[in-house]
Amino acid sequence: MKNRFLLTTCLVMAGLLAATTASAKELRMAYDADPVTLDIHEQLSGGVLQLSHMSFDPLIRWTKDLAFEPRLATSYERLNPTTVRFNLRKGVKFHSGNTMTATDFKWTFNRLKQSPDFKGIFANFTELNIIDDHTIDLVTSGPYPLVLHTATYIFPLDSQFYSGTDANGNDKGAIVKNGASFASTNLSGTGPFKIVSREQGVKIVFERFADYWDKSSPGNVSSIVFTPIKDEQTRVAALLSGGVDFIAPVSPNDFDQIRNSSKADLITMPGTRIITFQMNQERRKEFRDQRVRMAIVHAINNEAIVQKIMKGFATTAAQMSPPGYLGHNPNLKPRYDLDLAKKLMKDAGYENGFSITMMAPNNRYVNDDKIAQAVAAMLSKINIKVDLQTMPKAQYWPQFDERAADMMMIGWHSDTEDSANFYEFLAMTPDKATGFGAYNSGNYSSDYVDSQTIKANQETDSAKRAEMLQAIETKIFQDAGFVPLHWQNLAWAARKGVMLDPVVNALNFPYLGDLVIK
Amino acid sequence: MIQFLLKRILQAAMVMFIISLFCFSIQDTLGDPTREMAAMSMSDKERENLRDEMGLNDPLLMQYGRFVGRALQGDLGTSYFFKEPTLDVIMKKLPATLELAFAASILIITISIPLGVFCAINPRHWFSKFTMAVSVIGISIPVFLTALALIYIFSITLGWMPSFGRGEVVHVWGSWSTNFLSWDGIRHIVMPAVALSSIMLPLFIRLVRAEMLEVLNSEYVKFARAKGLSDGPVYLKHALKNTMLPVITVGGVQIGIMVAYTILTESVFQWPGMGFMFLEAVNRSDIPLIIAYIMFVGFLFVVVNTLVDLLYGIINPMVDLVGRRQ
Repeated sequence: MKNRFLLTTCLVMAGLLAATTASAKELRMAYDADPVTLDIHEQLSGGVLQLSHMSFDPLIRWTKDLAFEPRLATSYERLNPTTVRFNLRKGVKFHSGNTMTATDFKWTFNRLKQSPDFKGIFANFTELNIIDDHTIDLVTSGPYPLVLHTATYIFPLDSQFYSGTDANGNDKGAIVKNGASFASTNLSGTGPFKIVSREQGVKIVFERFADYWDKSSPGNVSSIVFTPIKDEQTRVAALLSGGVDFIAPVSPNDFDQIRNSSKADLITMPGTRIITFQMNQERRKEFRDQRVRMAIVHAINNEAIVQKIMKGFATTAAQMSPPGYLGHNPNLKPRYDLDLAKKLMKDAGYENGFSITMMAPNNRYVNDDKIAQAVAAMLSKINIKVDLQTMPKAQYWPQFDERAADMMMIGWHSDTEDSANFYEFLAMTPDKATGFGAYNSGNYSSDYVDSQTIKANQETDSAKRAEMLQAIETKIFQDAGFVPLHWQNLAWAARKGVMLDPVVNALNFPYLGDLVIK
Repeated sequence: MIQFLLKRILQAAMVMFIISLFCFSIQDTLGDPTREMAAMSMSDKERENLRDEMGLNDPLLMQYGRFVGRALQGDLGTSYFFKEPTLDVIMKKLPATLELAFAASILIITISIPLGVFCAINPRHWFSKFTMAVSVIGISIPVFLTALALIYIFSITLGWMPSFGRGEVVHVWGSWSTNFLSWDGIRHIVMPAVALSSIMLPLFIRLVRAEMLEVLNSEYVKFARAKGLSDGPVYLKHALKNTMLPVITVGGVQIGIMVAYTILTESVFQWPGMGFMFLEAVNRSDIPLIIAYIMFVGFLFVVVNTLVDLLYGIINPMVDLVGRRQ
């Protein structure tokens, strides 16, 4: 503890030094889209979470190696199986000038429980109790292992700023998805950047918040101009021609151009989004035979897809949980083996194969349509004829909801950065009432997976929990419940001198408050 | 004249009615807008609530009735993404597109007429042959390829030109900010305008040349020459004026087509205009904005055609606008 104090003091000193010597640094950044709203509880999406990290701060946040780092909480401890206590940082100011207290957390928590997008994540949380101005308790309905994971989503809003009614007599704190609201056009958080101006779809201008609490941050960016640039080639051109300093995402097709450039650096790291195909057992009786599913998994050379189509920009997967997740079982290896696949088909009595339909989006995941074409070609080797249809995501999701094809592509990123989220949405038996298996279009069903996932979400001992989750992963692997392809990698590019590497993470929310520009 | 305009207004109303009916009938294939508005993990129940709130679960006829009722009061719905009335959104984006189309038109007019005339007067000149050859190539290169090539050469390699956006625009009036009043704005509009004009330019050079050739062989030109007029007045006063008639007709239609090409140009250059807005609206299943845009473009077509007809009447008084036989 003493060491930490010393370290903090040093960092503060260093920060003060840096602050006095730093000059105005502008960061011009281009993403494929701008956040759809300034209300961070209106939509759970990458763009809105990026904004959350720019203009707000969470209680705790993920570090680069997927550990937790205190932000607005200075420390936390588990009081009993259902309660975790957080001690809050003192002297934190909102952009409006109000001082942050425990009341803001309670107000934010209640609002999250109302948000259609976030209430699912907070379903296990019953209340947030104020102990004093700078201490709060988070209470769950039962023992819950993911309290800290969820705390990364608690970005306190300025409760005074968002209370009362606006010019039209509407509640300033209302969460409105369909239409404009006070909160979707005004913002007051504790984060490093406040918003100066915003023109939806064109530009957002941020300025560093003078009273930002984190004086130890090395970040020296004084203002940010955020421009959405939809076309990936235009985005790269904007970077290489000096029009912007930092872009994301970057398509694998443009890697070489950036690597060969003397003006910019490419930064990549493994991501946590799994890309899969599901085999619909309700539509096709053939898929109910474990040997057929196994044959399909063995017939698909996902290593080749990663090398040839993804140009190495992905990690070949044999399971849902990426390395670093509790449920990741290192013993599960990709299993391409065409001869075995043929034999399994023969054993199952389908030596002559059959015809199936397949659907995939063509603008949702990196190279999604090309991956689907490759998979269809690979399946033809075991005499499964594929009628493939690809379509834009706007058309794809309604089709997916209808389970319109025998094999459908789905990518998934776990909102909690935890394995159980994969199983809840992709592997558990679909159940309209509980909402489990909502994206399990294959209708894969296993009593073991169903009951163990629920049990794992009540187990607070992480060693035991890891064992349970890995056992679930193994069970799905043995059942060949789905076709694992790969985890998409992440890529960013910045002009030389923008020290992006230290602030990026697998969650794809670069912590721009800590960004250093030389 | 008044009869003619009335007829056109009626026509515009019909066009917009049919478009709106058509758009509504294909609404379901435009995708599920709630997908763009909510997290993947949002529960089915919440998604249904949202659809209810947005009125998407009502019978189609009821939705259409509601739409027509509002449209008659000048309200074409609210964009899901921009959260503003769709007409306001379109009006905000319109100046950028019009300026781009205007800049491209200026390029087309100032280049195609002199070149076309030159090629018609000197058909055997090496420069004429060269122009014709280049125009064949030009007409067959897709506009986005031209745009990318321009970006690659002038932005990335040479670093002379900005590669995206409108730059520093100067506010003029209302939602109209212009590119033409600042050096930065002009620098930003050059490449998009060149890319957009590239597809039309060859067509117009050939058109002007062909029409001019025909006129030069006509009796009245021969007569003018026989009267002893010098080349200048013959070409510019007698020939060119008559050449322009069909060029204006085609030009009017082409301006409409140009709106379609701005979609490509605008998305490559991240030009914040209507075309790019429309493409994004399709990607986001922003149905009210899609419908309003298509109706607006239909309206624009009728207006442009009306203007072309009026212009035609001024240049050639023999044209009967109302279509009565005399």
